[in-house]
Amino acid sequence: MKKSKFFWGYAVLALVIYAVIQVLISTNILDMYYQNMLITMCINIMLAVSLHIVIGITGQFSIGHAGFLAVGAYISAIITTKLMLPFPLAIFLGALAAAVAGLIVGIPTLRLKGDYLAIATLGFAEIIRIVFLNTDYVGGAAGMQVKYLSNWTYAFVGVVLTILVISNFTNSRHGRACISIREDEIAADAMGINTTYYKVVAFAIGSFFAGLAGAIFAHNFYIIQPTTFGFLKSFDILIYVVLGGLGSLSGSVIAAIFLTVISAYLANFPETRMIIYSLVLIVVMLYRPTGLMGTKEFTDLFKFGKKGGTK
Amino acid sequence: MEWIQQLVNGISLGSIYALIALGYTMVYGIIKLINFAHGDVFMIGSFIGFYAIAKWELGFFPALLLAMAVCAIFGVVIERIAYKRLRNATRIAALITAIGVSLLIEYTTIFFRGAQPAAYPEVIKNKSFDVFGVQISSTSILILTVAIVLMILLQFIVHKTKIGKAMRAVSHDADAARLMGINVDNTISATFAIGSALAGAAGVIFGVYYTKIDPLMGVIPGVKAFIAAVLGGIGIIPGAMVGGMLLGVVESLVSALGFSLWRDAAAFVILILILIFRPSGIFGKNTREKV
Repeated sequence: MKKSKFFWGYAVLALVIYAVIQVLISTNILDMYYQNMLITMCINIMLAVSLHIVIGITGQFSIGHAGFLAVGAYISAIITTKLMLPFPLAIFLGALAAAVAGLIVGIPTLRLKGDYLAIATLGFAEIIRIVFLNTDYVGGAAGMQVKYLSNWTYAFVGVVLTILVISNFTNSRHGRACISIREDEIAADAMGINTTYYKVVAFAIGSFFAGLAGAIFAHNFYIIQPTTFGFLKSFDILIYVVLGGLGSLSGSVIAAIFLTVISAYLANFPETRMIIYSLVLIVVMLYRPTGLMGTKEFTDLFKFGKKGGTK
Repeated sequence: MEWIQQLVNGISLGSIYALIALGYTMVYGIIKLINFAHGDVFMIGSFIGFYAIAKWELGFFPALLLAMAVCAIFGVVIERIAYKRLRNATRIAALITAIGVSLLIEYTTIFFRGAQPAAYPEVIKNKSFDVFGVQISSTSILILTVAIVLMILLQFIVHKTKIGKAMRAVSHDADAARLMGINVDNTISATFAIGSALAGAAGVIFGVYYTKIDPLMGVIPGVKAFIAAVLGGIGIIPGAMVGGMLLGVVESLVSALGFSLWRDAAAFVILILILIFRPSGIFGKNTREKV
């Protein structure tokens, strides 16, 4: 039971991080710019971790994650702005709607493999975007006005919840089943694992947290537009997971933090940012196709040869 | 008559998709890679054609040939630099690299010339011919002629020449082809060259037809051409042509019914339906998965 030993350590660490930043915010040492960057960072961590469970753990190559982000964003925005219901309920319902969308997308498409799955998920994300684009109720192409309701507390709780659920899922029996699908789907199937079931479950969990991120994302800006949720957003999220390591939760988190900071500094040079992103993507894939961390976790770096090699 | 009019428009659009789809299908057939950068080769071809016609004052056909030649070289360079190392890598690594190359081409172009669109010059007098009450513009005829000539040329290359034979052999079984003394690397490069040249030609005629080009124009036609390739059965050359035409016609019909904003969604719905019900495409045969 090595996990329970660490659990309280992580809980204290999370509380300390939260408290320190909350103090910095309330004493105004971190101004609006940095607060906004922190919230963006949290949203990106949530997105990276929620895609990590689909690509990194289950090995299903989905490149339509922005679609679920859009569902979470729009549904939660409708609930707070049009129906005037409280924000926490909107977050939950937004995430739930994204999970339902994940089920709808996942059940038919997850029978496909590799490249075909990638293209199909891309297609579904585009369809979701086009539906919002053509729905006048949510403002169509002009976008939808949203109240500013996000703050550091919501974003941080969201991150903690996402990481907690996904790391627990990964370490559970179901998570191991998902990992076996990643390693060899046919062998997993032969061992009696219901591959479709686990793929759909992982996909739905991933979409749920993408929707959660979407709810916080929508209420962090004053307006949401369908163009925000295009291919590029999906590729952005993909880059976090790929750079961090396909199969490493801490890698995804670190990559999300790192790239958020970089893109904040390159905000005035969007072309340069995308050139750097794409070069990083190509170079990492050519020289280290498993991503920077591989399937290792950050904590593994501190265990020097305790349990032999990783393989 | 309205319907026939739409059919004609659809075929013009479809022939552009078909030309791009040929490149996808050839590359996929030979190295099993979705070359995401293919749509951007199309964009580069369009810009080469634009500069050739508007700035260097070449005619339409010299511009077309120039764009095809530059794109062929460009395609080979991409293959040699980015994809060659990935022959034995996982499919996901190859796909991510292709996405990276695509983004790199798009944003490098934006970096050098800005994201603003350019207006394509008029290359031929736009006359309309009245054929049994259907208006057919001279541009449509030009597009269709160029597309059909190129497709016939491609069929000739693939079926009658030595390199075509090598391409078919490599796509059938790369290892056996290597044992038979075929230079697999050169054959793959030739495939990229031919596919990219076709995409370049498609770029030029796209510019002539739509008169507006910009650095991100390759994304949507690229994805649609991929859909066309899947629709016809990926890896099958006649399939790509039929798939492209079919997709063009369906899109025109969706527009004609008054759902022009849903046109892109229609293409994706077709893709998902075909992937679910007949993943090997219209012309494909079902293959058993090997363990």
